[in-house]
Amino acid sequence: MTYRVGQRVRIAARPHEGHHRTPAYCKGKTGRIERIHASFPNPETRAYGEDGLPEKRLYSVGFNPDDFRVSVDIYEHWLEDAE
Amino acid sequence: MDRAVHDRGGWPTDAPIDRSEHDLADWELLTDALVHVLAGKGLMNVDELRRGIESMPPDEYERASYYERWLYSIETILTEKGVLAPGELNA
Repeated sequence: MTYRVGQRVRIAARPHEGHHRTPAYCKGKTGRIERIHASFPNPETRAYGEDGLPEKRLYSVGFNPDDFRVSVDIYEHWLEDAE
Repeated sequence: MDRAVHDRGGWPTDAPIDRSEHDLADWELLTDALVHVLAGKGLMNVDELRRGIESMPPDEYERASYYERWLYSIETILTEKGVLAPGELNA
């Protein structure tokens, strides 16, 4: 699934054995797509000597707690539609 | 939620964040250069570097400096790939 800027998304809360780039603190949290960066080789397989293909789209997701704002780069396969 | 030692954002702590900087020592510059050369030769990529760092025992990770973690990872990944023999760097 492809997401658009402004769309509400939830970060998947699933556990993942092994290298991945989704910080624990944002898993299960809901935010909004701020930006679509580009597609990159998947670090989850590339970290084990593979080529990382197919590439995964990387988004910037913004979270807006009351007191400060956080932006996190998240790969598409960690996002869920929360509209 | 279980998390690895490197995944520390949001950990509760009363300790202040250490923002001190230091001039890089020669070995730190060389370690950085080594990773770029290994990447250029196709022997190791940044995702493997990170995975190697994340595989450190938590107490060792806590004690190690930034580039000490890189060195740990370089040795781990290159040994795994057979580029280095086990214990070769201890000789």
